[in-house]
Amino acid sequence: MGLELYLDLMSPPCRWVYMFAKKNNIPFEHKQMVLAKGEQHSEAFAKVNQLKKVPALKDGDFTLAESTAILVYLAQKHKTADHWYPSDLQKRARVDEFLAWQHTTLTMNNGRLMMMKTMAPMLLGHPVPAEKVDAAVQELNMSLKQMEEKFLQDKTFLTGEEISLADLVAFTTAAQPLGGGPDILEGRPKLIAWRQHVEAEIGEELINEMNQVMEKAKAMLGGPVDPAMKEMMKAYLQKML
Amino acid sequence: MGLELYLDLLSSPCRAVYIFAKTNSIPFEYKEVTLMKGEQLSEDFGKVNPLKKIPALKDGDFTMSESVAILLYLAEKYKLSDHWYPANLEKRAKINEFLLWHVNVVRPLMVKDFWLKVMAPTLLGRTAPAEKLEAVEQEFSAALDQFEKTFLQGKTYISGEEISVADVLSLCDLIQATCTGQNIFEERPKMAAWRRNVESHIGMELINEAQKVVLNAGSYSKDSMDSKGVEWLTARARLLLS
Repeated sequence: MGLELYLDLMSPPCRWVYMFAKKNNIPFEHKQMVLAKGEQHSEAFAKVNQLKKVPALKDGDFTLAESTAILVYLAQKHKTADHWYPSDLQKRARVDEFLAWQHTTLTMNNGRLMMMKTMAPMLLGHPVPAEKVDAAVQELNMSLKQMEEKFLQDKTFLTGEEISLADLVAFTTAAQPLGGGPDILEGRPKLIAWRQHVEAEIGEELINEMNQVMEKAKAMLGGPVDPAMKEMMKAYLQKML
Repeated sequence: MGLELYLDLLSSPCRAVYIFAKTNSIPFEYKEVTLMKGEQLSEDFGKVNPLKKIPALKDGDFTMSESVAILLYLAEKYKLSDHWYPANLEKRAKINEFLLWHVNVVRPLMVKDFWLKVMAPTLLGRTAPAEKLEAVEQEFSAALDQFEKTFLQGKTYISGEEISVADVLSLCDLIQATCTGQNIFEERPKMAAWRRNVESHIGMELINEAQKVVLNAGSYSKDSMDSKGVEWLTARARLLLS
């Protein structure tokens, strides 16, 4: 049995893993998970990842969770081009630094805002108070500012002149929203230019494929939401708000 | 100029970097960045780390932040013994998996617990509502259950029979949790055994040296803060309490 990747493409960390594997022609079996239906709570999945989270990887007997750990593992195991996760000590440190930083900043703040705008109204039955949304927007803006001023600066990509795992991870957060909607990079020409470079590197074909898979995943959301999952998400939202 | 490490031993990720460097005899210049005086907000430090956070590292012209990234950089640069961050892909991946889970799940809970119980009363003169404290304690306890069941699993160290960066990082955070009166080690013999293993490997002299300030409640009193410190700490306390 080959590499299995357990992914719900509605989740950005799953998209990072999907894009990286596809871009580098790493063969894998895509095990589609639908978080909104509580599939991560199944007994079968618990054998793959006790933490019940996606993305998760199964490579023979070896199982692994945590998106950036998966990315680094795939890069090293499949000996992908050096620029993704450089062997040079300081270049690699730059990538490690960004990957560590983004979890509780860019990615978390974007996820929070997305939740407030899309899932919250559906789960709570009313929109989130404007001040909460404004505060979330401010936090995301701070992360984008830091991304531009501390990481990107005047470089082509986040950690140098070549694309790396850092760009792939940030790209999913900063990608143009599907089906219209506000562009979070609006008013930030440097980041918009960076995004264009990333899009050119990844290639239109893979980006379109990604979008198609996401549309399909979105369609799968139709229908009843697992009640336990709904309760959990409500609790999570209420805590956040 | 050699390696410089910008630290405040009141901060758990700083302690991890300090202990790791010292235990491996990595020569460095200790640069104090006193959090209680808001020194991380200074313009000078901003040149080392524009994100204004510690720990931070300066190695000639090269600067970086993020404790996990710093630990990996040191392990690689000084070609430390393999067990700290093994070359074996699967062992390394498992350590990365743990580090990410710990930093994103355990540490935020430890920090919240600490701020609600110690910093907020000091700065705002009031304690958080009981339900809020209970909720954080429950979540923290669940995370520790996860730590024992999924990661430690009765092994000597997190990644197996040898110590790694995972043990150093997580122990520093967990010791800080004891400062709020939680008996996490007394109540969990497996964790207590693991703690003894890690401490005995590193040596109590270095452990005590690194933890002296954090284990002293006076370090958090208003007397140790200046106006700049009070300003940023109070803002943070308000945010966490909201």
